[in-house]
Parts: sequence; structure tokens; C-alpha cells
Amino acid sequence: MTATAPTPVIGRPLPRVDGRPKTTGTARYSADVSLPGLTHAVLVGAAIARGRITAIDAADALDAPGVLAVLTHENLPRVTAQPPLLPSLAGGPSPGQTFCPMQDDRIHYAGQHIAVVVADTYERALYAARLVHVRYREEDPVAVLDQGRDQAYVPEKIFGGLLPGRSARGDVEAGLERAEVRVEATYTFAPNHQNPLETSSTTAMWEGGRLFLHDATQGPAATQHTVSVMLGIPHADIRVYSHYVGGSFGAKASTWDHPLLAALAARHVGRPVRLALTREQMFTSCGHREEQEHRIALGADRDGRLTALRHHKLSLTSHFDDWAETSLEAPAQVYACPAHEGVYRLVRGNTMTPTFMRCPGEGSGMFALESALDELATRLDIDPLELRLRNHADRDPASGKPWSSHGLRECYERGAERIGWDRRVAGRPEREGPWTIGLGMASAVYPIVPPSNPQRARARIYADGSAVAQAATAEFGTGAATAMAQVLADALGLPVERCRFEGGDTDLPNVASTVGSTGAAMVGSAVHLAAVALRDQLIGRAVADERSPLHGADPGAVVPVDGRMALRDDPGTGESYAELLTRHFQPDAEAYGSFGPPQGEPPAAMITLGAHFVEVAVDGELGRVRVRRMAGAFAPGRVLNARTAKGQLMSGMLWGMSQALLEATHMDAATGRWANPSLGDYLIPVHADTPEVTVDLIETADHVVNPLGVKGVGEIGQSGTAAAIANAIHHATGRRIRKLPMTVEDTL
Amino acid sequence: MRPLTYSRASAVADAVHAVTVDPESAYLAGGTTEIDLLRQDVLTPGRLVDINDLPLTGIEETRGALVIGALARMSDVAAAPAVRTRYPLLAQALEAGASAQLRHMATMGGNLLQRVRCGYFRDTESPCNKRRPGSGCGALTGVNRGHAVLGTSEHCIATHPSDAAVALTALDARVHTRTTAGHGAYHIDDFFLLPGDTPHREHPLEHGELITSIEIPDTPTARNSTYLKVRDRASYEFALVSVAATLQLEQGRISGVRLALGGVATKPWRARRAERLLLGAGADRRAFAEAAREELADAAPTPMNAFKVELAQRAVVRALESLA
Repeated sequence: MTATAPTPVIGRPLPRVDGRPKTTGTARYSADVSLPGLTHAVLVGAAIARGRITAIDAADALDAPGVLAVLTHENLPRVTAQPPLLPSLAGGPSPGQTFCPMQDDRIHYAGQHIAVVVADTYERALYAARLVHVRYREEDPVAVLDQGRDQAYVPEKIFGGLLPGRSARGDVEAGLERAEVRVEATYTFAPNHQNPLETSSTTAMWEGGRLFLHDATQGPAATQHTVSVMLGIPHADIRVYSHYVGGSFGAKASTWDHPLLAALAARHVGRPVRLALTREQMFTSCGHREEQEHRIALGADRDGRLTALRHHKLSLTSHFDDWAETSLEAPAQVYACPAHEGVYRLVRGNTMTPTFMRCPGEGSGMFALESALDELATRLDIDPLELRLRNHADRDPASGKPWSSHGLRECYERGAERIGWDRRVAGRPEREGPWTIGLGMASAVYPIVPPSNPQRARARIYADGSAVAQAATAEFGTGAATAMAQVLADALGLPVERCRFEGGDTDLPNVASTVGSTGAAMVGSAVHLAAVALRDQLIGRAVADERSPLHGADPGAVVPVDGRMALRDDPGTGESYAELLTRHFQPDAEAYGSFGPPQGEPPAAMITLGAHFVEVAVDGELGRVRVRRMAGAFAPGRVLNARTAKGQLMSGMLWGMSQALLEATHMDAATGRWANPSLGDYLIPVHADTPEVTVDLIETADHVVNPLGVKGVGEIGQSGTAAAIANAIHHATGRRIRKLPMTVEDTL
Repeated sequence: MRPLTYSRASAVADAVHAVTVDPESAYLAGGTTEIDLLRQDVLTPGRLVDINDLPLTGIEETRGALVIGALARMSDVAAAPAVRTRYPLLAQALEAGASAQLRHMATMGGNLLQRVRCGYFRDTESPCNKRRPGSGCGALTGVNRGHAVLGTSEHCIATHPSDAAVALTALDARVHTRTTAGHGAYHIDDFFLLPGDTPHREHPLEHGELITSIEIPDTPTARNSTYLKVRDRASYEFALVSVAATLQLEQGRISGVRLALGGVATKPWRARRAERLLLGAGADRRAFAEAAREELADAAPTPMNAFKVELAQRAVVRALESLA
């Protein structure tokens, strides 16, 4: 008799383990932590966007009831060192910008933190913060692209020095020259803010020279490393907890200055300090998606085959960092096009350094590219889907390598079927009363970034047969804790109910921040390898143990099933982990796993792909656009949990709709202040906006990306969504909108 | 938050007295906007007198009119059978406003008095003639996509945010008040002031004067009425443009019409010019469009909100067409 392979737990749509604590209010977030003697810090932001502080008077604030301290550039200690800008994916210190406020009197952007008020209650601190009187010498800010367009430059590198400002393959000029059809267009994008539900917060406590931070972050280790460098204290003396995080969308991907200020304030008053940003401060404390415009020139022959693609981006960055979200790289890999040129141009302005935000880069780059392709399809009178199929990239056009796995054709097929693409007739939308109905589609792409250093996890099994996996990752709503328990369960052959995942603490094995859709792949691989190492360790013990029924067996012939180690060919012969451990008076056993970085050049190119199909209804007389249906199909490699994966992809699609139709932070160009820093005025979709959404998972086997074959679902749901909606609006109305968000006045 | 004194009144006279004698005081009803503004330091009262216990929550028919207590919640008014059948435009306007949770808290009196959504009014670092008379207006040349095109002045272009008040304006409602001296009443048109040179004065109430009820006259033509709201998202959002309309036809001619506009003016905007043109006219698209054009003829848009002029006209046409 042979043991039947157990049904894998990986992939099953298990409900989220954090669902109940979050919905019943028992989950504790960073600003919920209650410590003896806790005090409260509130930040004061600069009223002006550019200039100097000429006087700062804290007397009234210090006199207010309950106030313990007011810190300004005049009395805050200088930081020891400023780490360079580096995305937190790299695993080291990762400040959101290389400017640390409150070090001198200079103001670079409105809302820049200029004082910290500490009081015994939050309300008292908030009140006293209003009593800090500041005088400025103001200069005219550069707050929007139009004010600095003539000073644009091409940076040598962007993105923390990781990517070139200019890249090219093939001869773009020649490609455009020989093209029989050319599309040239400019696409503009309003700035956006991430707006997670939980505002960023840090609770800081010092104990005998050691610093403990409860921080809302996508990477506890990133906070640890960044604060350590800036304070000049050993990494080993800082421990960061981040057990629950109420969403991030990039706002918490980097370490901004508030954890540092919380730590300094706590040291100053000698008591624990909780620093929670207000909603308004979320607009001036954690970066944003920058104002940008993309110029696309693409050439094609009469059959629609691309000959060249030129994609230039102009965007606003801060005075201290060359930052642009990476809009040009992954879109350059979607289609077989012999020539490509990508150029970033930057304008320095009086804003924070922009940062990651939901589908950072691809969200804007794919709007431009997929809109331009739709324009090409219209010009050539080719079906937009057919146009994309004609340009299908059989190999990676950037490296020339084969794909590790692909799946885009299948995504097109499934999505088209869902939306009923074959009923679409170009230029002939259906009508229903005042509404015209349009269908649009777009491809989706997201890059796969391999780890740049070892991603570690620990797996432990107890003598009662329960198991836990641990890594320092944060659970900020992705479903990681649920999926990791599934990975652990499969590797050990345990029921998933006996498996638990624990993260959110820098004392646990180190992993990089969960950013760029890498969480499932990186943490999952580390947990998998740890659990496999633990299983092999225990099987090794069993086959070497004279008292074990498995004594003398070939370890390779022993498999884990239902909490037991048993012979594959004779499942009756074996024993449970519990029996083995108990017999040896061993309360538990554990092992580590370490994933990556890849050795040498990978044999294949890695990428995640998908397709969007949407149906919109446009009431052109009143300028109203309603998205009625969205069908997304995605090929994310292997799926760890079908429910949480679909949840992430669906919300990505809805965020794409939000980017398409609603989200904009308006800059007052004269003052350099954001004009709508509230959730009442910065619009995101409500239920009434939400259409019928279907998500299809096209699973592909991938033996290159990582041991689990997982690619990630965090961001690709949003990649291309806005273009699919714009393309549907064009189908409905004949009107091509080349700006985001697309609002009433664009369709009127 | 700024320290303040809080008390609860249980009788109307006590509440009115408490606020009247203290110039630093303010009433607190549903608090759905007021609390936000307190936290943002936009409003700075030293004392809040909570009036939620006052017996002003009734919705009653009296001699043909409907009298709505000032503390009736928006959701209760929207659900009242008398409102739904006799004044559909008001029920629709209420349900198009805010969110269900806010409608359960917000009161009718508070709704009339809600403050503007102008970002410069809410940002205490910005100049604002409403918040700090004489400091200037940030919106005039700033971000003003949502701002008014009618009834503006060189000192203020903030849009009146209420939906319900637009419907009440179309219905010729009256606002009843109490002062320490006695009772007062205002036709709704007189209740809302244009900004002019005094944008900080939004209504004629004296300090301490309390709204006690809103009276809607019997308006049989309102049974054929609608409230059309155009906004950036499908719900929980202020109007870019809204239209409250009633229409009565006799032999194809318009024998009764009421029109009021929201989202485009500094006060709920009764479209009397359009009404005059429509009375006696044929109920067709051309007449509707011409009346709408005439109503918006004096619009003073900015580059960002210029679209509202066209949108408002189209919305008027759409609303009237739906009733014809």
C-alpha cells in the first residue's frame, strides 16, 4: 500500500486568522499599546513651504496644562548620521527621504515637522501644539511641475540609486522612423496619497539604554536599522514590534521621521511616548505619489506590430532626493518591441520626497502605455485585444531570456470571456437611456524582485504536535499570517489548525520589509525552507533512533502525513512528531530556513502578468462615469490562499478604479500646501461606486522564482486598471482622456 | 483639543439663555461637522451647550403645513411617510446627503447651519474671510473646483454644502427660532445670506438664537418632484451640482414649477429667473434649456469650476425632463 498524497493546505481559501481580532477590536495596533507612565506627543508642521524659521516661541505651549516638553530645532539633539535613500526591500536602513527635520531652521515643504509637543494626554498635547508660535521668512515655493518645468534634469540614478535615469535598447529613432503608424501622446497624473485607515504611529520606550518601539510599519527591521543609524546606538539595542498594522499602501514602506522623533521625545521626558499622526499630517509625513506626466511615442507597422516605444516621464521630487516611482521598467517588458527608450526627468520642488504608493510606478506607467496602445488600435482599426496578442512577448524583450513562467494569453482569454469581449464593436457602444456602455481592456504587469540578502524564518514544533513559524514580517492586512500557517502545515504534514505564524518583532528571524509584492514569495520561501529543515531534522532523528518504528529507513522514503512521519510505501509504519519528541524528553525542536539571494545570473526572466476587462456606463450629458463590471485575470505563479489572494487582487482593482476616477491631492501652487488633506475631501471609492468584480487566478508552475513558485499578488491588481477604464470610456464616448483622475469635467 | 466647558440643557429656554449670555458659547446638536471643526481649531467656542435633550424632534402636520423639529435627525425625516409622499424631493435630498451613520446623528437645524467645505476655511494656516474677517480669501485663486459660480463676492466663493436646504428652498420653507426675547421666523430665502462684504455672516440669527423648527407649507405640486445630485462619487459626497425641482403641467403647459440649485452657489439657490420663464411655457427640452441658460447667465466661474456652469444647466434640463 502506498500513502496517498495528502491534499495540500497551500492554495485553500482559508479565512484570515486575523479576521476575528480585527473585526472584534481585540487586535492591538501600535497606538493601542498602553505602557505605565505613557505620555503623548503631537507634531507641529510648518505653515510655509519654503523659507526659514526666524523665531519659534514655545512659552505658551509649555505653560499649557499637562505639557511636559516642547522640542524644536533649537533643543532637539542632532542625529548622528543620515542613512542614504534605499528602498526597504533591500533590507537595510531605509529612510523615506534623506532630509531629517528639526535639525536646522530651514523649511523645505509645508507640513515639515518643526516641533514635538509632549503632554500627559493626547488632547492636551494637541491643544498645546497650537500654542507653539512660529515666525518665518517665506520664499516662493516650487510646488507643481509647471513652476519648475524649465529646470527639469535627467538624474543619473533614481530609486535610491538602484535604477538608471535613462535606459535604452535597440534604435528607437530608427524604429519610429520606419513605423507606418505613430502614436504620440502625453498623459498627466495628479499627486496621490496612500491614506491607510490606520494613521502612522509609534509608541517609544527606553529601558536601561535599550529602545523599544511599537511602530506601524511594513518592515519592523527597517525601522530598527534606520533609527539605530540616526541615533547612533547599536542595532542590538533597538527592538521594534509591529504586530498589527492597519493598512499601509506604501505610506509605511519606508521609515519616516516620526519613529525617531518619538524615540527622542521619550528620551527627553524619561517616559514612554506615543506619537500618532493626525489624518491631516498623513499628507505631509509619509511621502506621496508624485505629480507626473508621461510622454509616449510608439511606432508600429500597418499590422500593429510595434517597432519602437519611447516612454519619457517628467515628475516632481524633493530638494534632497532623486526619486521617481518606477514607471518605465516593467511596462517595457510586456510587449515584443525591438526598440525602447525610457527617460526620467525630474523637477526639484518644495514637497517631501515622493514614495511608494499602491502599484508604485506600474500604476502610472501602464496607464500611459495601455492608453497609447488603445489609441494605436483605434488608428489601425484593430481590436485592442488582437493588437496585444500580435505583440505578445514570447521572450523577455529586455534581456532576451525565456520567461520563468508567463500566462498572459490565458489571462486575456479568461478575462475576455468573463466580460463578453466578443460583443464589443468598435465605435458602436450600446445605449441604455442616458447611459452609453463601453468595454475596455488593458494588460497588467508587475516586476519580480529577488531578495538582495538572506530572508530567514524559524520553524518550531512542540511535543504536543503544534507548530509555529516565525519571521520579523508585519501583518498589515495582506493575509500573510494565514498563508504562512498554510505553508508550515504542508511542509510538516500537520493539520493547519495546529500551525500558527508569528511576526512583527525584530527579535524574530530577519526578513526585508514586505513591499513590492514580495511578502508571500520571500517570507513564504523562508518559512517553507525552515519547515522542510525541521521535518528533515526530525525524520533524521527518527531513522537513527532504535526505538523508532522508522529506525534504519531511508530518510528519503519517509513522508510527513497527518502529523506523522511514515514510510511512503507503507504508511502504517511510522510515528508522530509528538511521540519522537516525548520519548527524548524534548519539549520542542526547531530549525531555520534561509532563502536567497540568487546565486549567479538567473536562467530565465521573471515577471507577473494579468489582464483587465471592464464595462463602464457613461452619462455624457452629466459627465457621470460608472464602472459596472471589472473582470481581472492574473497569473501569480502559485497561489498560497485563494481567498486572501483574490481579496488582494480585487482590492487592487478597486484601488485602480479609485486612481482612475477619484484620487487626487490638490496642491495650492501659491502656498505649496495641500488643499484637501482629509478623507472628506480626498476621495476614495465607497460601496456605491463598487461594481461587480470577478478575479480569476491563472496558476502557472514556476521553478525559477523561488522554492514555492509564488510570484505575489499585492499590486498587480491595480496595474493597468485605470487604462482599461479609460479605454472603456473611449469606447463609450469616443473621447480619449489622458489624465488621472478622470472626472466629470472630462466626460461632460 | 482646546479646553472648553460643556453642559446639557433640558429646556429650550435654559439652552437659549445659557448661550445668549455667553458670547464664547455655541450649541451642540448632532455634532457631525462641529466636532471636526473644533478639533481643527476652526471653531473656538469656550462653552458648548448640548441641546440633544430638548423636545424638538417632532415631525408633525399642522394646518396643512409640515413642521419638522430642529433636532429631528436627517434619517428620521427622510423616512417619515408624510415627507416621502408629500415632498419626495426633500426625502431624496436627505438621502443623497452624507452617509447613513451621519444621517442618524445629524439634525435638521444643524444641517441648515453646517459650515462650508472650502479647504481654506478648514485650514487655519490659510487666509479666510469667513474664519478671520479681513484676512483674505485663499480660494479665489487657489484650488476652487468645488466652489460657487453664483452669489459669489470678491471676499468669498465657498459653496453652501447642504442638500436638504436646497430642497427646502424650493419648498419655500420657514425657519422658526427662539431668542430670550421671544419667537422669530424667517423665510428660507432670507435665512441664508450672500457673502458680499461679510462672508462671516452666513445667516441673520443673533448669538443665542436657536432654530426650533422648520415649517414646510402645503405644496401639492411637490408630489411631482425630484432631487438630482451630480457628484464625483456615487455616494457620501457633496454635490458638484444639484437640482431640486417640482413640476406641474396643465394641457402640456407648465402651471407650476419650483427650482433650486445646490453645489453651485454660496447659498441654496432659488432659480426664480428660470421659474418665471418656465411658467406658462411648454414642457419641452428647449424651454428647459433656455430657462437654465438664463438662470446661469450671471455665473462667475473660475478656470477650475467653469464646468459647473454647463453642468448645472444640463442638470436642470435632466431634472425637469424626468418630471415632465
